[in-house]
Amino acid sequence: MSMLARLVPMPLHSFMLLIVWLMINASLSVGHILLGTLLGIIIPLLCAPLKVPQPSIKKPLKVVSYVLLVIKDIIVANIEVAKLVLGPMNKINPGFIAVPLDLKDNFPITVLASTVTMTPGTVSAEVTKDKAWLYVHVLNMPLDEQELVDVIKQRYESRIKEIFAC
Amino acid sequence: MSFTVELIISVLLVIGSVFVLIGSIGLLRLQDLYVRLHAPTKATTVGLGSILVASMIYMTFVQGFFSINELLITLFLVITAPVTAHILAKAAMHNKVKALERTKNMDLMRTAREQLPPEKNQDVK
Repeated sequence: MSMLARLVPMPLHSFMLLIVWLMINASLSVGHILLGTLLGIIIPLLCAPLKVPQPSIKKPLKVVSYVLLVIKDIIVANIEVAKLVLGPMNKINPGFIAVPLDLKDNFPITVLASTVTMTPGTVSAEVTKDKAWLYVHVLNMPLDEQELVDVIKQRYESRIKEIFAC
Repeated sequence: MSFTVELIISVLLVIGSVFVLIGSIGLLRLQDLYVRLHAPTKATTVGLGSILVASMIYMTFVQGFFSINELLITLFLVITAPVTAHILAKAAMHNKVKALERTKNMDLMRTAREQLPPEKNQDVK
């Protein structure tokens, strides 16, 4: 058992590598399964020393609803940004805001920052070293800045917190 | 391939191309680096997304098997695009790239550079 655990330190990652390998090659032949398994064993072995412990996903079902919400927001964002881009340039009022972070770990913060970048008119620009603030550039600043901060916190951060249960 | 399928594929392709075009127009028209970042990161996700969905439908109906590579492309795109945008914005801020004159809360760029919380007199809590 310990031998197996040493050979496959990250079973989930190994399995994912095999799946991705098969997806890339779009085949289920024995050769590709063997090669995929080999890669699935070798790559995690090489990467294991780099691994930093991260909180795991506690509620997988919430991930699905979160992804759907983000997809919906991305489509809305695209239409909004498209309108702004094609409209007069002097109507765009950019600005920066700082969002206080409740999340403490790197992975959830990465998910939040990526979501912020993908959604309506916002790009995350910096996370402070103490992981307390997320600086965000806003394409078109609403009159009430606090409202935007609240949207990011309630719409995305609270959901991410639920997913990781932290 | 029936007419309906062809129609769906064409509509998706047109939507995709329009959004990619808008992304490029945005890159050309917008006025400073930070604002420019918004156009390609946003307008291309839906653009490429719908082109990939069109490709998936086409492959499924013409080749007769479910093509899965598009899903992988979408996944890699969704993972990498925000990271690039974040690093570009961060690098620009640390290199003191000038923002538009009318950018609000310009002093946040300085506090972000120095890894400090925003100053108290800000109306952000």
